[in-house]
Amino acid sequence: MDVTDIARWQFGITTVYHFLFVPITIGITAIIATMETAWLRTHKEEYLRLTKFFGKLFLINFAIGLVTGIVQEFQFGMNWSDYSRFVGDIFGAPLAVEALLAFFLESTFLGLWIFGWDRLPRKVHAACMWAVHVGTLFSAYMILAANSWMQNPVGLKINPDQGRAELTDFWAVVFNKVQLVTFPHVVLSAYATAGAFVLGVAAYLYVRKATAEADKAVYLKGIRIGAAWLLVAGLGVAISGDIQGKIMTEVQPMKMAAAEGLYETTKSAPFSVLTVGSLDGTNAKNIIEIPGLLSFLATGDFNETVQGINPVEKEYQGKFADNSLTKADSYTPVIPVTYWSFRFMMGLGFFAAAGALLILIMTKKGKQPKAKWFGTMAILLPIAMVLGNSWGWMFTEMGRQPWVVFGYMTTAAGVSPGVSVLEAWIGVIVLTLLYGILAVVEFGLLWKYIKAGAAPFSEPPNPGVDKSDDDAPMAFAY
Amino acid sequence: MELTTVWFALIAILWIGYFTLEGFDFGVGILLPVLAKDEQEKRVLYNTIGPLWDGNEVWVLTAGGATFAAFPEWYATLFSGFFLPLLLILVALIVRNLAFDYRGKKDSAVWRANWDKAAIVGSFLPALLWGVAFANIVAGVPMKANPGGHGVLFDGNLFTLLNPFGLLGGLVTLSLFTTHGAMFVALKTDGEIRHRARALSVKLGLVTAVLAVIFLVWTVAKDGWNLMPIVLFALAAVALLAAIFMATKGREGWAFIGTFATIALAVAGLFWVLFPAVMPASNDAALSLMAGHNPAQGISAASSQYTLTVMTWVAVIFTPIVLIYQAWTYWVFRKRIATHHIPAVDVPEGLSV
Ligand code: HDD
Ligand code: HEM
Ligand code: HEM
Repeated sequence: MDVTDIARWQFGITTVYHFLFVPITIGITAIIATMETAWLRTHKEEYLRLTKFFGKLFLINFAIGLVTGIVQEFQFGMNWSDYSRFVGDIFGAPLAVEALLAFFLESTFLGLWIFGWDRLPRKVHAACMWAVHVGTLFSAYMILAANSWMQNPVGLKINPDQGRAELTDFWAVVFNKVQLVTFPHVVLSAYATAGAFVLGVAAYLYVRKATAEADKAVYLKGIRIGAAWLLVAGLGVAISGDIQGKIMTEVQPMKMAAAEGLYETTKSAPFSVLTVGSLDGTNAKNIIEIPGLLSFLATGDFNETVQGINPVEKEYQGKFADNSLTKADSYTPVIPVTYWSFRFMMGLGFFAAAGALLILIMTKKGKQPKAKWFGTMAILLPIAMVLGNSWGWMFTEMGRQPWVVFGYMTTAAGVSPGVSVLEAWIGVIVLTLLYGILAVVEFGLLWKYIKAGAAPFSEPPNPGVDKSDDDAPMAFAY
Repeated sequence: MELTTVWFALIAILWIGYFTLEGFDFGVGILLPVLAKDEQEKRVLYNTIGPLWDGNEVWVLTAGGATFAAFPEWYATLFSGFFLPLLLILVALIVRNLAFDYRGKKDSAVWRANWDKAAIVGSFLPALLWGVAFANIVAGVPMKANPGGHGVLFDGNLFTLLNPFGLLGGLVTLSLFTTHGAMFVALKTDGEIRHRARALSVKLGLVTAVLAVIFLVWTVAKDGWNLMPIVLFALAAVALLAAIFMATKGREGWAFIGTFATIALAVAGLFWVLFPAVMPASNDAALSLMAGHNPAQGISAASSQYTLTVMTWVAVIFTPIVLIYQAWTYWVFRKRIATHHIPAVDVPEGLSV
């Protein structure tokens, strides 16, 4: 493998790994903040117990999201230095703004939330979790603006002397039309994922034998809260995804063609739910096919024409072949990956949303779900959502290949010229091993804390109202 | 003033923020095996930085992002050039952060001992390596033109960086951060550990003073005895001596402010020496990366005027807000911690998050 391939593996591994944890962080901060606020409003014990319980799980999850994020901040420079030179004038700004606006907010207020139970008035304490959540939203917004710019470069001019793209319109980058649909899609899928996580964990504790009867009501509450987030946000994911498909077809027609393996431009193009035969779709047999659906996904009209891979490839060969930054052997992404990742994303999402609906019905009006498969299904939902996210990104990012900045720079042109194959190998091996070990540690801890269940209710300190005792032990300590 | 100069100064400030703040939590990590005599005292140490270390670390993420935005060529050349040391720093930061978060989450001596090691090594390595990296940046490294691309590349390897000046720079940051950490512990704890930390901070301070003076004089000599760095470095030395003196008098607050000022002044001096280059080439001045846009001076590392303008607005509006709430956290958690503040371990139920 050459440096480009190794660097791609490192980037893919680090980013996919980071994004296993990020959606849970984004969504669960909102859910926990809601629970804590509900406790303040209603004084129902169950809300505080759920707040604290999911707070612990969240911290275990956050720790890994954070440390993998540190690698992200620097790996553009390490492995993709020619990319960084070319785009830094534009792409660097959202990253810097993200750190300044989001990371400080998240880290500071999370510290206050964790250690502040006996230091902050209750309302301020709950507000800290809301601040963390706002931080995660800023974070997602800025980083997705950076990514959307790579999908659909706007607000730039090329400066030939410096050999780089330069920013001409900051607002065009911030309100890129791809960004405006990507942000809701990703954030809603994060809410749905965190909802599924809450649902799955609560359901496990609900069905297991060791759980005391009195605690079951608390977990049932957790199940319904999680299922509601999953279902509502899940519907939003589907709606935003539909709009996203149309914008994507407009700016990257090749990606939509590759999502179906559609080689020739077709009117009223069908969408195949399942195929057998050759993996790249050249010789495939569709098992289930919905007429006109691809046209609808791509344009909003069942009868419209969808561009095929071959004509786009031909057009790009003519347009881009004479520049070293844009020259590529082929402008077609790896079809089996785009085809299947698109279906896995949607399929896993539909499965999870359907599961949430079923669970809401089964637990309606305090009903106690009795079915044996209830627990198993509930535990599968968070797994489905997390995998759905990964496949969605796999589709987005691999569907963009060979481009790193669509229309301006190929991935191969962006790699670091000064990094040796040995260095690149050391990087990918060290980080992958480390992530592997961390995964074992993190899942071990999560499991331990899930099994322990929600602690019994105990009245937390009430600073500002109760008298403070300077010698009392800390409410939370490492 | 040119915007490129403003951004050079802002990046210097971000690094100053990083080293003055994360500097003391590196110090606390390094001193774990030295200062704490038992498990309770270890936990006191961890908890002095508990709510603070993450916010401290974001300074380096912001420095990284700001360098990318304002000086992309610098970001690209530096981080691809110093690939392995940076990788080592990242791995160290990862294991150290997790040590803080995970150590108390399992009631097992082996578990805790392993995370202690992670915290110690994870604090030691960056404290040393950032110094090595900065000394090399200031002194200049060999460069070559980027074949087929724009800008320049670092022309060396890991061992190029391990020269005497670089290594001394590493020892200076290591000892300085450790001293700073000891001052912080003396300020933030109570009981025996506080006295131990104060006594140690004096001894460490004296060692640091010797190393730092040699290093800074050497830097000034390389720089050709310019006035401003001499003034800044002299003030840094005075601040360090004052800190040591205050520590011997039991004035821990002033002592900590002293090491804080030492770090700030020394880093400011190093950036002063660096300017107007951001990465000088040791082999051929024409290959140096420069902060300014003037092509006559060398290769510009800076972003366009428009980008710098936008970024300046963002910084002007948001930096004060960040400073206010970060200061507020320090205020909320200002109390000293002693062993009797540490709750008993009964994980997982007792960990009242
Ligand atoms: C499990 C979560 C999940 C679910 C159920 C869906 N998506 Fe999705 N999708 C993502 C999670 C996701 C994602 C991981 O968040 C991506 C990756 C990049 C992005 O913007 O969101 C994504 C990307 C993505 C893209 C690529 C955008 C681009 O490359 O420009 C399209 C066209 C869709 N989605 C469309 C849909 C449709 C039509 C869905 C269902 C009806 C759908 N998604 C469900
Ligand atoms: C968190 C969600 C994301 C995931 C899971 C993800 C995943 C991936 C994957 C799998 C690739 C490899 C594609 C290939 O090489 O064939 C890739 C490429 C890339 N992505 Fe993303 N990505 C994500 C978000 C982002 C964001 C937000 C950015 C920019 C800010 C970004 C920048 C890049 C770059 C520069 C490449 C090119 C390098 C390469 O091809 O490996 N990605 N990404
Ligand atoms: C869709 C893609 C991404 C989203 C939505 C996202 C969002 C987030 C969020 C919400 C956090 C908070 C911590 C956590 O999740 O546990 C985080 C952490 C972090 N992310 Fe990402 N991220 C993405 C990809 C990236 C990329 C490509 C980078 C590289 C620039 C990056 C850099 C970081 C850093 C440095 C942190 C640690 C911040 C801290 O200390 O609080 N992220 N990210």
